[in-house]
Amino acid sequence: MASEEMEQLVRREYKQGFVTDIESDTVPPGLDESTIAFISQKKGEPQWMLEWRLEAYHQWLKMTPPSWAHLEYPPIDYQAISYFSAPKKPEDRPQSLDEVDPKLLETYEKLGIPLHERAALAGVAVDAVFDSVSVTTTFKEKLHEAGVIFCSISEAIREYPELVRQYLGTVVPQADNYFAALNSAVFTDGSFVYVPEGVKCPMELSTYFRINAANTGQFERTLIVCDKQAQVSYLEGCTAPMRDENQLHAAVVELVALEDAYIKYSTVQNWYPGDEDGKGGIYNFVTKRGDCRGDRSRISWTQVETGSAITWKYPSCMLRGKESIGEFYSVAVTNGRQQADTGTKMIHIGEGTRSTIVAKGIAAGRSDQSYRGLVKIGPRAKGARNYTQCDSLLIGDQCGAHTFPYQEIGNSTATVEHEATTSKIADDQLFYCRARGIDEEDAVSMIVNGFCKDVFQELPMEFAVEAEALLNVTLEGSVG
Amino acid sequence: MLEVKDLHVTVEDKAILNGLNLTINAGEVHAIMGPNGAGKSTLSAVIAGKDGYEVTQGTILFEGQDIFEMEIEERARAGLLLGFQYPIEIPGVKNIYLLKAALNAQRAARGEGEIPAPEFMKLVREKSAEMKMDPSFLQRAVNEGFSGGEKKRNEILQMLVLQPKLAMLDEIDSGLDIDAMKVVASGVNSLRSADRAILLVTHYQRLLNHIEPDRVHVLVDGRIVKSGDKELALELEARGYDWVLEESAA
Ligand SMILES: Nc1ncnc2c1ncn2[C@@H]1O[C@H](COP(=O)(O)OP(=O)(O)OP(=O)(O)O)[C@@H](O)[C@H]1O
Ligand SMILES: [Mg+2]
Repeated sequence: MASEEMEQLVRREYKQGFVTDIESDTVPPGLDESTIAFISQKKGEPQWMLEWRLEAYHQWLKMTPPSWAHLEYPPIDYQAISYFSAPKKPEDRPQSLDEVDPKLLETYEKLGIPLHERAALAGVAVDAVFDSVSVTTTFKEKLHEAGVIFCSISEAIREYPELVRQYLGTVVPQADNYFAALNSAVFTDGSFVYVPEGVKCPMELSTYFRINAANTGQFERTLIVCDKQAQVSYLEGCTAPMRDENQLHAAVVELVALEDAYIKYSTVQNWYPGDEDGKGGIYNFVTKRGDCRGDRSRISWTQVETGSAITWKYPSCMLRGKESIGEFYSVAVTNGRQQADTGTKMIHIGEGTRSTIVAKGIAAGRSDQSYRGLVKIGPRAKGARNYTQCDSLLIGDQCGAHTFPYQEIGNSTATVEHEATTSKIADDQLFYCRARGIDEEDAVSMIVNGFCKDVFQELPMEFAVEAEALLNVTLEGSVG
Repeated sequence: MLEVKDLHVTVEDKAILNGLNLTINAGEVHAIMGPNGAGKSTLSAVIAGKDGYEVTQGTILFEGQDIFEMEIEERARAGLLLGFQYPIEIPGVKNIYLLKAALNAQRAARGEGEIPAPEFMKLVREKSAEMKMDPSFLQRAVNEGFSGGEKKRNEILQMLVLQPKLAMLDEIDSGLDIDAMKVVASGVNSLRSADRAILLVTHYQRLLNHIEPDRVHVLVDGRIVKSGDKELALELEARGYDWVLEESAA
């Protein structure tokens, strides 16, 4: 296909670009100790939490942003960001959906998330994060019966300080990296999940994130702990309204799986990627790490990434427990001028640990993406095994995909397999489908969805359908 | 049904077809033979609308319509089907899914609604049985890991489901064992009717024993240099192409 034709086709508009007008009470831009004290106080936090934040802040001051990622972006002015924003009267938070600001509900409607119906239909507990404060939480009771704690991290800090204190920062230490340190200092919200010993969480847990107030960085902090033999499946989904300034997002997600526990963490991410020139998109610098602390524990990351102007993200697993299992299934789609540098790290520490990595990258337009994967086998990881497969699909001839697999093998009994392919969306495949009467856009979506199949089938059923739809919206007009 | 007039085609400035003429009427089966690289696949690809070919001169009418004004998918929906010499693999896309999407696209173009699922299942089961294909092939990804012969049978399966007006089958016999050849031939024969036409590209007379052509053409250097009835295929089998070349040069 001719490249100018491609060019024209790759353009598409962001379908979820709109802004909800809710007054925010926002601190003035800038970051110093008093900003942090303000946040901590607003959240009604105990002293130890404030100290923990300040400690992180001091570490952050000494750090420099990572420069090795295969990304280009102007330096971020951290003093130009305002670090707290919440709906006007947090103390008057609605107790049920009826009390929720109709404008907010409207926003969810536009996003295709009719919360009330959807939650009931899908049996999903939804902890909706709007700006930085949880507005509504459903299915609390059912979870409560099972003994599962699912609430905002702020609430957890107030209500379950012992649990939070025991696990917070044990997977991603305060000074782990530049963005994690920043997050540790200023995080405003996020989710907390604790599943007690032997409990299988009775429903999928799901949080919708949405960035709204202009010029406000979002610093989510999520902590999920699965006690012995416990299981949980958690889905995170994000969309953001169209904006002119780049918005920084630096989240931290920590997962802890004790003996025989299983955490499945799925992400469907659809942040505003910016206009054709990349203007106005979200900067997404996320630290996600799972700790398979107990023997035979298992952590599985599944992600479908379609948004952001810039994504920098490596969900990882620390495989400490004997025979613990780490999995990473990823589809990353970039279009326009998006840049993505993603991948995973599997750190094999315990004996007989196993990991699987399946990464699918789809690049269209003038976008650029890199897969960066580290498989590290420690000296004690006898008989550890890894299987890695990364495939890239290019649509058009102005995009790029790069693969950087790193391996550090410290144990000769380990088995590490790596397969990688890069293919251009074959004109031949398109022609084949079209010569059967299928129009070009449908053909592309069919081929791309086929390409992603191995990953989609790891998603919880309801979300697999959504992911497919999302992929189609993202690539809409990328050919056709 | 199909009228190709004075067709000139170049690929990357190299002339491939040089004034080709071909007329196929409804109800007829035509066979095109000719040496490797003569332009046989090019002809069917240009008729189907593949990118990368420049038509420098000539016209192609399909049922009186100028084909160059139609998109690839429009041609397919109008009843043109190309059976590929090298069917492509589409990982992750189920065979049955492609079949259904194709059939529904064609139905939509005819103003018909989507085919009801039970009816569709019945149809594809029936047709796969005709092609002696295990139903498990329907659940596999399109052509992925299919043997050469299985890919060819899959092309015919698609043809049987889509029921094109004009089927152009490019070397549908290559890579087929003797039994598969019979299965494919009977599939093609079942499509023969007064209102359909078939264009076979083949190197071997063998196929034509099973599918009897009304006309046989010899394509050399981008032109049809000789046409005849089915006897011509026998003669080519016996004598090769040189005499045709000499005759046409004379
Ligand atoms: N994309 C292309 N670029 C360059 N040359 C091409 C291209 N496509 C076809 N050709 C050339 O055009 C000529 C005709 O090719 P075509 O595939 O039509 O031959 P054919 O008659 O089908 O041969 P065969 O019997 O081997 O299948 C060949 O010389 C081929 O190399
Ligand atoms: Mg050929």
